[in-house]
Amino acid sequence: MVQEHELEPETVDIGVNMGPQHPSTHGVFRMVLTIDGERVVDVEPHIGYMHRGAEKLSESMDYRAAIGFQDRTDYLAQFMNEQAYCMAVEELLELEVPERSEYIRVILCELNRVTSHLMFLGAFGIDLGYFGTSFTYGFRERERIQDIFEEVTGDRLMYAYFRPGGLAWDVPDNFVQMVRDVLPHTRQGLKDLDLLMTQNEIVAVRTKGIGAMSAEESINWGLSGPLLRAAGVDWDLRKDKPYSIYDRFDYDIPLGSHGDLFDRFLVRLEEARQSLCIVEQALDQLPDGPIMPEKMPRRLRGPEAEVYTAVEGARGEYGVYLVSKGGDKPYRLKMRSPSFCNLSALRDMTVGSYVADAVAILGSIDIVLGCVDR
Amino acid sequence: MLALTYDVGNIWLDSLLGVLALVALMTVSALMLIWLERKISARIQMRLGPMRVGPYGLLQTAADALKLIGKEDLRPKTANRWVFELAPFAVFVPTFAALVTIPFTRDWAIAFLDLGLFYVVAVTGLAFVGFLMAGWASDNKYALLGGMRAAAQLISYEVPMVVTLVAVAMVAGSLNLSEIVLFQNRIPLFVWQPLGFFIFIVAALAELERQPFDIPTAESEVVGGPFIEYSGIRWSMFFLASYTSLLIYSLLGSIVFLGGWEWPLGTEAGLWLQILLILVKTSLFIAFFMWVRFALVRLRIDQLMSYCWKVLIPLAFLQVFLNGLVLVYGWPDGFLLLTSGAGLALAMYIIYRAVDTEPRELRMVPARGGGSSAQAATVDATGSG
Repeated sequence: MVQEHELEPETVDIGVNMGPQHPSTHGVFRMVLTIDGERVVDVEPHIGYMHRGAEKLSESMDYRAAIGFQDRTDYLAQFMNEQAYCMAVEELLELEVPERSEYIRVILCELNRVTSHLMFLGAFGIDLGYFGTSFTYGFRERERIQDIFEEVTGDRLMYAYFRPGGLAWDVPDNFVQMVRDVLPHTRQGLKDLDLLMTQNEIVAVRTKGIGAMSAEESINWGLSGPLLRAAGVDWDLRKDKPYSIYDRFDYDIPLGSHGDLFDRFLVRLEEARQSLCIVEQALDQLPDGPIMPEKMPRRLRGPEAEVYTAVEGARGEYGVYLVSKGGDKPYRLKMRSPSFCNLSALRDMTVGSYVADAVAILGSIDIVLGCVDR
Repeated sequence: MLALTYDVGNIWLDSLLGVLALVALMTVSALMLIWLERKISARIQMRLGPMRVGPYGLLQTAADALKLIGKEDLRPKTANRWVFELAPFAVFVPTFAALVTIPFTRDWAIAFLDLGLFYVVAVTGLAFVGFLMAGWASDNKYALLGGMRAAAQLISYEVPMVVTLVAVAMVAGSLNLSEIVLFQNRIPLFVWQPLGFFIFIVAALAELERQPFDIPTAESEVVGGPFIEYSGIRWSMFFLASYTSLLIYSLLGSIVFLGGWEWPLGTEAGLWLQILLILVKTSLFIAFFMWVRFALVRLRIDQLMSYCWKVLIPLAFLQVFLNGLVLVYGWPDGFLLLTSGAGLALAMYIIYRAVDTEPRELRMVPARGGGSSAQAATVDATGSG
């Protein structure tokens, strides 16, 4: 005779170690999922596999030499990092950046935002299950913009092009025409991705209502960037704390309403379009002139002071907190990385959803591990 | 009736020749299908695909197969040895065995079974055992997840598939595949039973584990699922089996719903025309399955199961019921077309209602003037400057 209680199946939660070598953890992120069947009961993120001590290294070299490390944090939105760092040094040393340099910086930053969002759109499609189709769509257009960056800076990944006070060198003569030629292609690429994914019913059931965060929760977790705006919070540093010359352009800040994966996707798609809008205006207004201030000291020596500057990076608020005790090196350099802060909310978004959703939610945060671990 | 191979009069030699013919067919078709899939995916994704090995990369899959054969056959230390090593065969043999009774033309098949349809469904339905074995024996949690997903998915989608095929067998009055084809010599069945045709395609996609139902082997979630620990020749057996089942389901679909080798409207087709017809009809299925694979994202496991049990199975029984009405009361086939078409519309409506297709509007907050006026400003600037 079988006893009554033996008929009750005994279930155990199993721990699945996702990463650091997993195709959809976007680098070397590792999360330990505790799953009950297909449901996620608990998530434990592990970071630090790519910690290279960028902050400490920046403290050991002078203000110009540390620019290279800024590229290596958020390696998909490099110009924004350089911008934040250079702005911090400029504020510390009270350097005045020439008009032309500001415009070129804005153009490159906004193009960089587009490449970063194209990367997100492609990778997000793969996380949801496209067999590479969205990725090739995104990368075709990303490649054209990447070519411009290569032409301007001489590098494809680690640009190191901005300098405290301006730029390393002027852009090539055909720069304006080059960017203008690329813009229609980029618009078409964004439209292709839009047509591929936005109206798709399967994308809708996989993303709508998944990983939702309310506006209040998002603020409490310190989210920023597209994640925060997808939840409906009207906060964009370019508009609310205008830095550089962002107060000279007309554009829209797209806001979502539900804060779920679908809104995050839509917000990024629209942001890329608005960035192209800014690029067009900046190209029209691009003045001639010097790219560095006339009185540029040979050695950059900072006074004893503390500065914090932040830019609206592709993933959120990228800030640089710089403490100087005099001399040509920062005493302390702290990077406020949006990936790290956004990633902290992963557990709240994921618990209770399915394994497949956990992958998509991680993808929607759009982390860059170089930026999380620094 | 003639068999596919030359009749030598000895039953053992006959069988051996038949098996050899099937192995040759399977290998060549799998090589071609893999090449085709890579080319189609490349077209969709704006790439070239394989171009280097042979003309248009035709020999690329042969080179890949050679490479796989040369690779080390790895087995995890903690894996259950026998189950692990037998799992590829448990997947491979059923798909291979199903080919035996497929009639390629009126006179070409290894065996003309009276229960051919039943045999094909029963034998291909066994493949899930192999996935479960592979998932369990690999001693890997991704493999376990994938194996469980495969078992759940394959068993669930077997039900609507079988029920629609029952509906076909009812009107054709036979389970013999050749007779089902002969029954369609005037008008193929998909015209009369669009609902059954639709359910067959969806269930076949799920049985083949292709997008949007590639949940067991989901690359971005369980990283290949049951196959994660396999390498070399054992892995390539899984691969071969998956392309063979693609061929089998396409052949089955073209035989059962598109009229196989028959030219419609009762025309007698010669041997070469028969071969051409079944090739074209099968290719239509294959092209569709490949197209879908690269155009859609993956469903989630709970959505997959609820779609099967709540939508497909009731609708498959509806098709059986309609066929029964037509058979019992002798109503015209036009009634079947209308009601089955209405059932298909119902299926589409259910999907439409189940999915939140409401377009989402983003709220646009203008920074300074806003993007819409920015367009005008750009025009002004270019006009004045």
